[in-house]
Amino acid sequence: MFPADRRYTKDHEWITVSGNRGRVGITDYAQKQLGDVVFVELPDVGRAVTQGQSAGTIESVKAVSELYSPASGKVVEVNPALSTKPDSVNSDPHGAWLFDLELSNPAEIDNLLTSEQYTELVK
Amino acid sequence: MSQSSTEQLKKTPLNARHRAHGARMVPFAGWDMPVEYSGIVNEHLSVRSKAGLFDVSHMGQIEVAGKDALAAVQKISTNDATKLSVGQAQYSGLTTPEGTFVDDLLVYRLAGDHYLLVVNAGNIEQKYKWIADHTRDVGDVSVVNSSSRYALLAVQGPAAQAIVQALTTVDLSSIKYYWFGHGEVAGVRSIISRTGYTGEDGFELFIPPASAERVWNAILETGSAAGIVPVGLGARDTLRLEAGMHLSGQDIDETTSVLEADLGWIIGWKKADFIGKAALERQKGDGLTRKLVGFEMIAAGIARHGYPAYAAAGEGIVTSGTQTPFLKKAIGLAYLPIAATAIGTEFEIDIRGRRAPARVVSAKFYKRSRS
Repeated sequence: MFPADRRYTKDHEWITVSGNRGRVGITDYAQKQLGDVVFVELPDVGRAVTQGQSAGTIESVKAVSELYSPASGKVVEVNPALSTKPDSVNSDPHGAWLFDLELSNPAEIDNLLTSEQYTELVK
Repeated sequence: MSQSSTEQLKKTPLNARHRAHGARMVPFAGWDMPVEYSGIVNEHLSVRSKAGLFDVSHMGQIEVAGKDALAAVQKISTNDATKLSVGQAQYSGLTTPEGTFVDDLLVYRLAGDHYLLVVNAGNIEQKYKWIADHTRDVGDVSVVNSSSRYALLAVQGPAAQAIVQALTTVDLSSIKYYWFGHGEVAGVRSIISRTGYTGEDGFELFIPPASAERVWNAILETGSAAGIVPVGLGARDTLRLEAGMHLSGQDIDETTSVLEADLGWIIGWKKADFIGKAALERQKGDGLTRKLVGFEMIAAGIARHGYPAYAAAGEGIVTSGTQTPFLKKAIGLAYLPIAATAIGTEFEIDIRGRRAPARVVSAKFYKRSRS
């Protein structure tokens, strides 16, 4: 199940929004496709990212995948736990967040998929 | 994921079993193969600590028989097959006149004048034709592509012998590494070979395809107490890389010579001749310009197949790379200019536009402790 408290991209990221702050992760569907995640390359704090553009990479044992930012803004925090426990993306994909954004255009969130729409996409 | 093309893909006799196990299936060398069941890391670690069961029925079998079978094998393969006793196997190369790889293979001496060649899954029919064409003038020899007559299972890991022993009356402790015997496993006629592609002890079982499922199920059932798990191609790749073994088509191909691949030990220099011998002798005399080495990353980052490498002595290329589940390091294989191939030499790898430092190490990244 994909929680209804957040929005989704067709590239399988999620974002929760509180005020002008967004928290980004990847979906359970994405982690299953990737397999065992062994390395997460996150954007530097302070970096400006753009909706739909690459913000980092996620490496599983077998392949590397781009991580696309679900929204535009400035990176204000990255999840420090992922450097030592990248596999938490597999065990708890909807809890193991990747980075926090200060949203530059909160209205962009309306472009993203709802839980229902995303469920339909990966059906 | 190219689910649409699965109809054209070849299937091993265990295809339905893999799907029933919930395996993720991928196209590999024209076959619909399981890449992982429970996850690459879990499968990899199970093989290192307990045991794993692999379906490698996609591998090809080519038989060479007749009074002049030895001469035929000697001509098309690099290693010296006169060293093989009946019941023994040998790692070898199938080479072009330039001394580069058509494929790597195992040569089994089934009988005095009967050899079984096990080649990789891609283009089996072309390799069969290559062997048939190049042995036509050898004399009394017949070459047969018998791939469809064998399913091939691999049981690998420290518990492999105990698991297979529970299913056969053949005394497995009498089969040495790179030797094989014949007998029933789970009531099915098998060639029982002490070989593998994981760096662990283990067996490869050549069995009739119609009985593949029976043997597969029996091994999983018998091995369940010992913790055996089915293992897909994903962990097969990380296991072989950790053990420093080459992957044909990736680390070695028609652009890389046997010497460049650092496989000089499979060249039978004393043989009268074999395809590619003159070119390899010339290369040996001239000296190599590049060689395949093992490396590990010094800083964060994982190098992958095809990434460019930059040494003080010039450019190279990564042919295999991953984060290994057991050693928990980013390692790989790369061709580097010969002046950069000494153990300890530092160089850089371009990881998607960013240069990350790496160091040449022995390609035997993992060595099991032998008791």
